[in-house]
Amino acid sequence: MSILLTENTKVLVQGITGSEGSFHARQMMEYNTNLVAGVTPGKGGQTFNGTVPVFNTVAEAVEKTGANASVIFVPPPFAADAIMEAADAGLGLIICITEGIPAMDMVHVYEYIKDKDTHLVGPNCPGVISPGIGKMGIMPGFIHQQGHVGVISRSGTLTYEAVGQLSSRNIGQSTCIGIGGDPVIGTKFIDALKLFNEDDDTHAVVMIGEIGGTAEEEAAAWIKENFKKPVVSFIAGQTAPPGRRMGHAGAIISGGKGTAAEKMAALRDAGIHVCNSPAEIGETIEKVLK
Amino acid sequence: MKIHEYQAKEILRKYNVPVPEGFVAFSVEEAVEAAKKLPTEIAVIKAQIHAGGRGKGGGVKIAKNPAELKEYAQQILGMNLVTHQTGPEGKEVKKLLIEQGMDIDRELYLGMVLDRGNSRFAMMASTEGGMEIEKVAAETPEKILKVWVDPKVGLQAFQARQLAFGLGLEGKQVSSAVKFILSLYKAFMANDCSIAEINPLVVTKQGDVLALDAKINFDDSALYRHKNLLELRDLDEEEPLELEASKYDLNYIKLDGNVGCMVNGAGLAMATMDIIKLTGGEPANFLDVGGSASAETVRNGFEIILADPNVKAILINIFGGIVRCDRVAQGVIDAVNSIEVNVPIVVRLAGTNAEEAAELLEASGMDFTVAVDLKDAAEKVVGVLQN
Repeated sequence: MSILLTENTKVLVQGITGSEGSFHARQMMEYNTNLVAGVTPGKGGQTFNGTVPVFNTVAEAVEKTGANASVIFVPPPFAADAIMEAADAGLGLIICITEGIPAMDMVHVYEYIKDKDTHLVGPNCPGVISPGIGKMGIMPGFIHQQGHVGVISRSGTLTYEAVGQLSSRNIGQSTCIGIGGDPVIGTKFIDALKLFNEDDDTHAVVMIGEIGGTAEEEAAAWIKENFKKPVVSFIAGQTAPPGRRMGHAGAIISGGKGTAAEKMAALRDAGIHVCNSPAEIGETIEKVLK
Repeated sequence: MKIHEYQAKEILRKYNVPVPEGFVAFSVEEAVEAAKKLPTEIAVIKAQIHAGGRGKGGGVKIAKNPAELKEYAQQILGMNLVTHQTGPEGKEVKKLLIEQGMDIDRELYLGMVLDRGNSRFAMMASTEGGMEIEKVAAETPEKILKVWVDPKVGLQAFQARQLAFGLGLEGKQVSSAVKFILSLYKAFMANDCSIAEINPLVVTKQGDVLALDAKINFDDSALYRHKNLLELRDLDEEEPLELEASKYDLNYIKLDGNVGCMVNGAGLAMATMDIIKLTGGEPANFLDVGGSASAETVRNGFEIILADPNVKAILINIFGGIVRCDRVAQGVIDAVNSIEVNVPIVVRLAGTNAEEAAELLEASGMDFTVAVDLKDAAEKVVGVLQN
């Protein structure tokens, strides 16, 4: 078992004929992901990589192939529209990789999908991988290993770092979710934690946060009350200066809020194993699982 | 993107948000001329830099007559203004805003921002105007009133009334404030702002409501659809190295330490800074070379890092996903061959083709220190500095 991306997931790629979309669609296929369709408006009727049919609209792709999840590689000006198209077509899982979508567009997207039965992951994220089942995103598949630790993270390469530390200790992962570095995102820490809480195959969770916002504090409060499994956490940006955006649009300490120190204190208070150093994530999980 | 107060007020004027009469001046002569056009004898001289706390730093003065105005303009123009937001090195003042005097009755606060908690924009108001709003939020959160914008219908008049009455406004002031709030909302939405802050929002003795100060930032991701706003960028206000880096699509932020860092990905870049500090070193910068990390980006990254004279050692930390480590290694070798690098370099490459990369570095015969993991990398780079 795993969450979000499971044996029943049939994947379509929006923006499959673009350079990013086609590159990563091939990578996903190499990882044995069940990729059933592509969508690029105006390129319907083409075939991608010899086997994957391309459609003009998501609705048509769903009707013809039974796709139930989408991963989006569409440029920022068109990405909000692409997410809403996928939600409108009834897809239960939408993963948006695109970086640089205006916040105002995402506020509208969030409102649009709020009452729909869908999980949006991202935008500006590496995606979701369930090792052994498939991957929807841009993460390197080979560093992962099938197993029982769930990973949730706001960052991309830092997630790979954490996964690398787990796999090198022979600790596999159930599902790894990059929730994204933007201020407005679909799946927040708590949404992902709820799913991991119900997943029998997940025995512990690594949660990687960073400066900016209060999502980690909210997650800490929720974990304290509800979460049944051990959590190991690291917060990036302990040395970040206030008022400076550290790469991600969401990673900024503003108005004295969103510091790493506050987040680490809230997480510790909730009984979470907080690593001071990013190099200690693997060994801390190892200890917790024993 | 940040802009100056005078630019923010020009935008607000376009959306019928009341602001005091005022003109920007780049010289003392222009300041004197500007003051003549004002409806009041009293003129306010305000330094225009991208930082708050200007009044406390001596960058805002009130002149009662033309002689005083000239004196203050001379004083402020060209001064090195230090505020809690500029850092100890301060910022040179190159522009002034010359504004009419006001008969102030009350100083309030009004601000619009994205509330990340519920993914909606929020309009906030407080009776505690003119103070640092962060302090008010921390010490007396009940004094900040908030309404949230429903994306389906936008900010409504009743919400503006809630804020106006909540601020204790009466009579004509209420309708003035409601108009002000709704106009500010329009200006915010039309320009993809990320923050619009009016602190203080003043009520005059005549009952008018005006923006005495104005701070507007724009959402960088939305600038592609506001080409006109790009003209408002003031390169003088940006750190020269950061500006240089942005030309190469590198995300660089200068810090005060001596360990230069080159990392792919923002989260890993922050984590690398953190572990350097934990190991006893001080990071000299944040540098995210992004998802491509080609030989060229690596070379540009080196040049930016080395342009900071404080840098005494460099740590390269790349976790290859799409990025192939052997290509990065080749980029590092090429860069070191073509530019003069006279500080020790510690390289940690993990992920795709990491082994090939290690062989390349080894075979180059150059003086790299190769690290096996994150901890090892931090220890080695801090170690070479201590020796």
